[in-house]
Amino acid sequence: MTLEVHVDGNSLAGLFHDLFGREMTEEECCCDSCGTVSPLGAVLVYKGPADVIRCPACRNVLMVIVASANGLQVRFQSLRWMAFTGRAE
Amino acid sequence: MAGAAVQRRLTWLVAEVVDLIEETATVRTVVFEVPGWAGHLPGQHVDVRLTAEDGYRAQRSYSISAPEEGTRVEITVERVEDGEVSPFLVEDLLVGDRIELRGPIGGYFVWEPGRDGPVQLIGGGAGVAPLMAMVRARAAAGTAEPMALLYSARSESDIVYRAELDAIAKASDGIEVTYILTRSWPPGWDGFTKRVDREILEEVAIPPHLDPTVFVCGPTGFVETVASILVDSGHRPDRIRTERFGPTGEP
Repeated sequence: MTLEVHVDGNSLAGLFHDLFGREMTEEECCCDSCGTVSPLGAVLVYKGPADVIRCPACRNVLMVIVASANGLQVRFQSLRWMAFTGRAE
Repeated sequence: MAGAAVQRRLTWLVAEVVDLIEETATVRTVVFEVPGWAGHLPGQHVDVRLTAEDGYRAQRSYSISAPEEGTRVEITVERVEDGEVSPFLVEDLLVGDRIELRGPIGGYFVWEPGRDGPVQLIGGGAGVAPLMAMVRARAAAGTAEPMALLYSARSESDIVYRAELDAIAKASDGIEVTYILTRSWPPGWDGFTKRVDREILEEVAIPPHLDPTVFVCGPTGFVETVASILVDSGHRPDRIRTERFGPTGEP
């Protein structure tokens, strides 16, 4: 059995750019379960048939991004908020 | 951050391989010439896309390992056993081949010369790649902020960029380089010979009271071990920036 090893939000920078139209890895998001605020670059990403994005503190699922023939679907789960400050620009 | 490097829509560009550098037995640097490349900052990466004859596509993200230089983009890739993309890049790609890439991408794991005080870089295995872009940028710019690289590899022959790093360290321009070898080491090796731990970090890393920005890159287990020791040793969590490469090549 291969243990699933996560990477982090840096690896989804291109996908975030596709979704939100700009660089997002410095923008922060807040976990609705534990209240931890993390830059998107620092969230945990479990790659598989879908990209499962988890809180780095409590590991609850923040978002799931599913790619299919119909394009991308983003499922928001334990995500309280996400900032769009544009400070990277 | 430079607006030009981030505001563009990400479009796929055709990149031509202009040089291949065999760094170690499993690591290769691929140098591309990318017409239309808008420049990048140290730490940013590219998405690389390969398309098979039947239309099947595989896409991966790779750190850029050298600072901006016109339309030249280089990545340093470690072959991942059973990987979909890296074996092709490390073993099959030839000078003159064209593949698709897009970028630059990323803003979180990024540093520029002159920014914000001392910089501690900690790399495991091929995770040294984005850190090398930072080292090279700092060496070229000759700015004043101290920089230290702590680099963990399995053996001496697994150290990527060895000659260049030794030359940069020898130049005594405010950049320090420390190696850790974890599996084997040559007779007379006077560096560290164990996995990175609290003792090593407290001995050689820039201490918390100097408030360094710390960039940690490597396999996931390495990055999380180092980050947690740093926090326990008093480094501010928001000064620690991490990039996890996944399960590959435990250093």
